[in-house]
Amino acid sequence: MSRELLLRIWRGDASGGDLVDFVVPVEEGEVVLDAVHKTQALHAGDLAVRWNFKAGKCGSCSAEINGHPRLMCMTRLSSLPSGPVTITPLRTFPVIRDLVTDVSFNYEKARQVPAFSPRPEQPVAPFIMYQQDVERSQEFRKCIECWLCQDVCHVIRDHEENKPHYSGPRFFIRWAELDMHPNDGLDRKEALQDTQGLGYCNVTKCCTEVCPEGIKITDNAIIPMKERVVDAKYDPLVRFARRRLRRARGTASSATSQGPGHG
Amino acid sequence: MPEDSGGYESHHYDVVVIGAGGAGLRAAIAAHDAGARTALVCKSLLGKAHTVMAEGGIAAALGNLWPEDNWQVHFRDTMRGGKLLNNWRMAELHAKEAPQRVYELEQWGALFDRTPDGKISQRDFGGHRYARLAHVGDRTGLEMIRTLQQRAVALGIDVFMELTITDLLKDGARVAGAFGYWRESGRFVVFEAPAVVLATGGIGKSWRVTSNSWEYTGDGHALALRAGATLINMEFVQFHPTGMVWPPAVKGLLVTESVRGDGGVLLNSQGKRFMFDYIPEFFKAETADTVEEADAWYTDKRNNRRPPELLPRDEVARAINSEVKSGRGSPHGGVYLDIASRRSPEFIKRRLPSMYHQFMELAGVDITKEPMEIAPTCHYVMGGVEVDPDTQMSVVPGLFAAGEVAGGMHGANRLGGNSLSDLLVFGKRAGDHAASYVQALGHQRPQVDAQALSAASEVALAPFAGGHGSENPYGVHQDLQVVMQDLVGIIRTEHELKEALDKLSGLRARSGALAVEGNRQYNPGWHLALDLRNMLLVSESVARAALERQESRGGHTRDDYPMSDPYWGTQNVVVKLDGHDLRVERQPLPKPPPELAQLLEEGH
Amino acid sequence: MTAPSVPTAAPAPRARAAIAARTLRTDNWRKEPTITAAVLLSFVAYATWAAFKNADYYKPPYLSPFYSPCMASICGHARAGATVVHPPMVGLFGPWWAISPAIIVLIIPLGFRFTCYYYRKAYYRSIWRSPAACAVQEPHARYRGESKFPLIIQNAHRWFFYLGLLLNGILTYDAVEAFHFPSGWGHAGFGTLMLVVNAVLLWAYSLSCHACRHIIGGRLKHFSRHPVRFRLWGIVSKWNARHMEIAWVSLVFVALTDLYVRLVASGWVTDPRFF
Repeated sequence: MSRELLLRIWRGDASGGDLVDFVVPVEEGEVVLDAVHKTQALHAGDLAVRWNFKAGKCGSCSAEINGHPRLMCMTRLSSLPSGPVTITPLRTFPVIRDLVTDVSFNYEKARQVPAFSPRPEQPVAPFIMYQQDVERSQEFRKCIECWLCQDVCHVIRDHEENKPHYSGPRFFIRWAELDMHPNDGLDRKEALQDTQGLGYCNVTKCCTEVCPEGIKITDNAIIPMKERVVDAKYDPLVRFARRRLRRARGTASSATSQGPGHG
Repeated sequence: MPEDSGGYESHHYDVVVIGAGGAGLRAAIAAHDAGARTALVCKSLLGKAHTVMAEGGIAAALGNLWPEDNWQVHFRDTMRGGKLLNNWRMAELHAKEAPQRVYELEQWGALFDRTPDGKISQRDFGGHRYARLAHVGDRTGLEMIRTLQQRAVALGIDVFMELTITDLLKDGARVAGAFGYWRESGRFVVFEAPAVVLATGGIGKSWRVTSNSWEYTGDGHALALRAGATLINMEFVQFHPTGMVWPPAVKGLLVTESVRGDGGVLLNSQGKRFMFDYIPEFFKAETADTVEEADAWYTDKRNNRRPPELLPRDEVARAINSEVKSGRGSPHGGVYLDIASRRSPEFIKRRLPSMYHQFMELAGVDITKEPMEIAPTCHYVMGGVEVDPDTQMSVVPGLFAAGEVAGGMHGANRLGGNSLSDLLVFGKRAGDHAASYVQALGHQRPQVDAQALSAASEVALAPFAGGHGSENPYGVHQDLQVVMQDLVGIIRTEHELKEALDKLSGLRARSGALAVEGNRQYNPGWHLALDLRNMLLVSESVARAALERQESRGGHTRDDYPMSDPYWGTQNVVVKLDGHDLRVERQPLPKPPPELAQLLEEGH
Repeated sequence: MTAPSVPTAAPAPRARAAIAARTLRTDNWRKEPTITAAVLLSFVAYATWAAFKNADYYKPPYLSPFYSPCMASICGHARAGATVVHPPMVGLFGPWWAISPAIIVLIIPLGFRFTCYYYRKAYYRSIWRSPAACAVQEPHARYRGESKFPLIIQNAHRWFFYLGLLLNGILTYDAVEAFHFPSGWGHAGFGTLMLVVNAVLLWAYSLSCHACRHIIGGRLKHFSRHPVRFRLWGIVSKWNARHMEIAWVSLVFVALTDLYVRLVASGWVTDPRFF
């Protein structure tokens, strides 16, 4: 069941560009990336697009389809309203060419994450860890690094100037993953607030809405981390309990890294 | 800092690793840990390599669920799965070292699924006697690549993303470096390095129905050939039995073997569980021959034999192929893989979340309610660069290979789960030995020859030269995929292989006249034109090796020689480049020492 | 592009793709923020009016949730014919408190809801338009979110949560008192039902909130060492997934409860008695 589809693809580079119309034949069951490939094969061999598996698993083919940040390989044409389909590059990152953007921002933020560091109680693998203890972090490790959450996040999408001090939803779940890792021994909460810009997030949940892996970024990572920061800095009862505990132990220094609940 | 010389950006390293999947990352980490200045080069962004697609798990005899499991049993399973054509030493090293490599991942932060007593959980897979695959749901490969990637970043290893290597550079017989271009800018880059580790993965993009990505163009295989190295076992290409068949846009996309490991069965259009009709003599003793016994195995593995759906991949793929050819296939030319009628929706969603998601999103099929339609898809090449089993060095000094691009480990057929462990075990070995090779060189480092650089850049720019050509690279690629799919597929004959070689030489001629539009800045047409050079060379290697081996074994089935031949069980087919032509030779297979040979006997 | 330490030879100029439109979304993205804003603002308008009305909030045995606990001496006039309403608290604020006693307590539920993670999303999107909808450019030139004053105060949610629990206790007491008619215990009218449902909804709202989820179990590193809290965390997590729905229902219902008490107290409606 073949039909003709009008694509409006942004073409250009850092010096400028515009939407260009292409008409391609499409078949039942096809996704937006198929239509882009046909455009390459039929009309524009040099149309730049990043992709790898076309399976929703590598997170390479991120773009904005009719204004929505999506994976081109997981957007079936039949799911879009009739009429032309507009495809533009990720808006938050500098464009290299056509649909390909420079996502090095994310790789820089990745280098700022303090690596997993085993607790002294269990320093060498194999570790004993229980399923209920690893499950929270496992959700975040489903991330395929498509950068759609980074793209949609208005903190940097609409405010380029926030990029140096804001690491974005993908890295909040990475920090959360390590903080919730049952055998990690570092305390990252204050650094997350002070150096990675957790406070910039205003929990408007667009990251969760666009996540192709269905990770509950806001509810399961960002808010729990904000709450852990509250534990460390703002909760009156926790502060009181911690002071009592410290006094009971007779030391004034050692209890700073772990709250009483972190048994 | 890179310096510019003669229009090339140039870098100096001790070890350059090409490819940043599991093997490349592990090799780079090992080389770095051994004190070598190491660069990691990859065609895509970091973390997008094929390893992310591996779903099932990492095979390692941890013995967490079955204390009786140990490296000897794993070695035996691997060798038998490979139809005894494996390099025994590699299979031995692999089985012995895999557990340490898995624990290392945990040490670096990986979070595997757990057993009730807090150890790494292990799952059943085709060809493995015991539940042996360490896993994370059905996204183990993603967990592995993320862990390695994060480790490499934490160590501060230099990564060159979206950079394609087009040629290796040599100084006499030795490797001297690598030449390539930034995909983004088209700018040329020279790496001067005495050791190069190939970790470029496979060749599947030359087939039409494939589970592989655009990156799988056999770059490492072709680079090795052109640098004077040898390839072995190239006739053995694994067709994974379960790829999606519908809709057409996702044809070939992988359906993990875990579906069968977790209770899924194969049915033909008559609703018959046909695998019982295809149990080969070789595996009779360990395979259930009644539905009752097969079903009982899932709950009582000690007293029942394995269901035939969990035979090695080559057996299952051939069986499906034969059912479809006999007219008992599904409407879209596959068979049914049914788990809906056998397991609860909750179980399916918990154990196979990505599969559930994949079918729901891409095919509109709810696998908790309906069976999947599947057929074999080109998945993996057992063949690859011939390497020393201990050091992973090829016949070219300074050139190493690890992972799918290396040959020998898997023999005629790879068991599921042995790929991820292969990457880790031999990635580490390649990195270690590349570093010590460089250290042993001292001041005798090879030099890059300026003439070789201009030759390499000329080849790379040929598609822009225009004038003499008008071939569209996309068109040539499509035609190549048709040739390989139709004539060098699961079932082969002498007649078709010869026809394939004819057509391939025609395509090679056409590829000399490629013309691409646009400029060097992120130009996929140009990139494809350069990749085609490798695909054509490697496709021809496969066809020639397949023509040479006159028997059927593992991932190589000849209609005109349907049986295994004991003579061929002692021979490797070796491919090398002689001038511009490929040459094929036979080479005796190394024999395992008696204590290992004994393990391979029936009944062990 | 190189990730780690080796830069490319000449960093090219970097700019985003030149796309002028504020958004290329073609769907009706304005609908959701418009509805949200309308409901929120209606509630605020009604609550302000009701809080400053300073009348018609008590008809034995029903006390409007907006005015509970009633802690000022001027609450006395509402107690004409009352059995007992919050005896220990009345008079905490002496005769010097001249305006509506609702103002004293409303700070707690309003503060709790204002700092609630769900409502933050709701008003940041619908009223502050930051952003109005996903992938729609926000109108503000600068943005610092909740990292600095004033919005860093959102971290006081935990305080309001604790205070909110106390308030829930009092409203539960009120709901029980709603069975205590001037004629004696053990009767119930439509107002009783309203007060009971209102108390249940407020508990549901508090207990499903993110702060509660965190305190119950989220802050633990090892669930395996705290099986009871792990189970409770599982239950709260399920409720937390519906926090948005519960937030809306409880918000509307608390206003309806006030309205009902008001209608009964002012004589517009006669409270049907069940038994």
